[in-house]
Amino acid sequence: MRMTAVRLSAVYFLLFAICAVVLVFYVTATASTIVEDQSRRAISEELDELAQVYHQGGIIGLVRTIDRRSRQPGASLYLVTDASGRIIAGNVESLQAGVLDRAGPTKNAFSYERYSDSQRERYHLAIAEVVSLPNGMRVLVGRDQSEQVRFRGVVRSALILALALMGVAALIAWFFVGRSALKRLDGVTAASSRILSGDLSERLPVTGAGDEFDRLSANLNTLLARISLLQEGLQQVSDNIAHDLRTPLTRLRTRAEGSLAAPPNAEEAREVMEQMIAECDQMIRTFDALLMISRVEAGSDQVIKSEIDLAAIVADLTDLYEPLAEDAGAELTLECPPEMGVVASRELIAQALSNLIDNALKYATSAERKTRIKVQLASDERQWWIAVSDDGPGIPADKRGRVLERFYRLDQSRTMPGSGLGLSLVQAIAHVHGGRLVLEDAAPGLTVRLEMPLDDRQTGERSDG
Amino acid sequence: MPAEAATVMPESMRILIIEDDREAASYLVKALKEAGHVADHAADGEEGLHSAQTRAYDVLIVDRMLPKLDGLSVVTNLRETGQDTPVLILSALGQVDDRVKGLRAGGDDYLSKPFAISELLARVEVLGKRRGTKDVETSYRVGDLELDRLSHEVRRAGKPIVLQPREFRLLEYLMKHANQVVTRTMLLENVWDYHFDPQTNVIDVHISRLRSKIEREFGPPILHTVRGAGYIMRADD
Repeated sequence: MRMTAVRLSAVYFLLFAICAVVLVFYVTATASTIVEDQSRRAISEELDELAQVYHQGGIIGLVRTIDRRSRQPGASLYLVTDASGRIIAGNVESLQAGVLDRAGPTKNAFSYERYSDSQRERYHLAIAEVVSLPNGMRVLVGRDQSEQVRFRGVVRSALILALALMGVAALIAWFFVGRSALKRLDGVTAASSRILSGDLSERLPVTGAGDEFDRLSANLNTLLARISLLQEGLQQVSDNIAHDLRTPLTRLRTRAEGSLAAPPNAEEAREVMEQMIAECDQMIRTFDALLMISRVEAGSDQVIKSEIDLAAIVADLTDLYEPLAEDAGAELTLECPPEMGVVASRELIAQALSNLIDNALKYATSAERKTRIKVQLASDERQWWIAVSDDGPGIPADKRGRVLERFYRLDQSRTMPGSGLGLSLVQAIAHVHGGRLVLEDAAPGLTVRLEMPLDDRQTGERSDG
Repeated sequence: MPAEAATVMPESMRILIIEDDREAASYLVKALKEAGHVADHAADGEEGLHSAQTRAYDVLIVDRMLPKLDGLSVVTNLRETGQDTPVLILSALGQVDDRVKGLRAGGDDYLSKPFAISELLARVEVLGKRRGTKDVETSYRVGDLELDRLSHEVRRAGKPIVLQPREFRLLEYLMKHANQVVTRTMLLENVWDYHFDPQTNVIDVHISRLRSKIEREFGPPILHTVRGAGYIMRADD
């Protein structure tokens, strides 16, 4: 991991350095060319002027003008020599050999020494243009190039400074990336090793910066939470199976053993067999309910959803249970719109509603009075819900959470038929549709409401198996 | 209870069971034979597919999980070659959507394991007669009970009986399968079109209401309860 940081910093440093050097060279080369062109133009113009002076005032006038200009502060370079090369006028003391030999602009910069008021600097660089007069005299006009040399020097030192700064920046970047960001990756690695070694309660570090690392960690944490929830569910189910299926299995075994020990007559044998089959059927139901809960809880991929009319389902189920309710001394009423189309699993919604009505009939009805059970289907802009309300004894507030647990039964004596899985299954069905199951006081009685979001996207729409 | 189902005396059918659990298969063969049918057994998917393609059967009973070729592939293969022999799929995966997948693969009915043998017999017998002419008949008659599918009129001994729409459909289904055992789950599936498991037996109450309308004032019972299995519509001659 740290190696990655070093390599990244080095690559970035090199890339920036190459770019900077290329850029600096380009800028200085262009600037030099421009400055040199300007100097050469100025020199030509001055020579034109001097030619004018020469035509009007002859050699004397030219020498005098040059002499005067030479003395001005910040003057250009001037030199007038006779045919033998002796200096007649000007401010140049000595020249690189050969500069005066050829007329025209000098090709390259040459070195010279000049008389100066302030100081005597040696080895100046200059460019110039040489003109030969008909009598063999030579006139040189030039411009000093030291400014440019200094400019290049400044640029060069700036470049060195910039490269040094970049080096430092690369080191700092390495420090931060390597020591800070990558340290967090190391933290994630360490946490995941602990998780791998079996501690599912461990979570990846989240700094709260909300950056990519945090988002990744947060997502992985959600994943872990889901896994541990599923694992807990599995654990709970196996505990419950052990507890709740051993009991009927023991009864079954005892009954079979008893019949074997004291062979019953045909009528008794038939009765025992029928009891045993009923016991088996109840266990199969419990198993089916458990399987269904775990498959539904495993996620929406297991469930086929399609466009369905809830109003029709609610009406069908009410119709299905109405005679049973009447026999149990209850009044089953329905309150629902004529039509309500949603995307959901028809079988699961029907199963859920069946469980809710069945519960109301089992636990809210009594022989003394007529129980009213109301099935309601409604929706607002965010969600739809199916509510089953009764005016029976209700569930104490502190027990409402517990009845959603698998195998939990308020009726501890377990005289009522049922697996204790009905509401757990309804809750699982709610979850797979992205909804929830709410238990409320109906004052008097109980309202159980299945609330589902209208926007099904969050559970991953699936219309086909 | 195979013995009771056998009292119905169905027409004999030729049935192929494709099931790898030999004990379960031999029990099925025995039960089907007791019910008056001829049953063959294939122990894996390939053998089963071969038998189903080379011999004529009235009904195929196919387990979903089979060695060599799984049950759904057997059915898909058969349907692709144009064979429309009714198929009952058996599966230990008894959940809602497995059923849908089984039916989509070309199965005609689906039964999850473990099941009551009476449930299997009832379904096999209904499947075997699926290709009959019952669907195009416009009226059914059992004894002196008549049902007109077009005018929705029901009469017994000539007297009209008023039924709720759902009661009418319940009676229609029972009469369509007269002299066959019809189970409670078959009624829930075919009359109400739901496949979930009601915790309480909701169907019985509907039956007793229907029974009170078609029997009470008319003497001989016509809608019988078959203990441990379901119901049967039969005129006692």
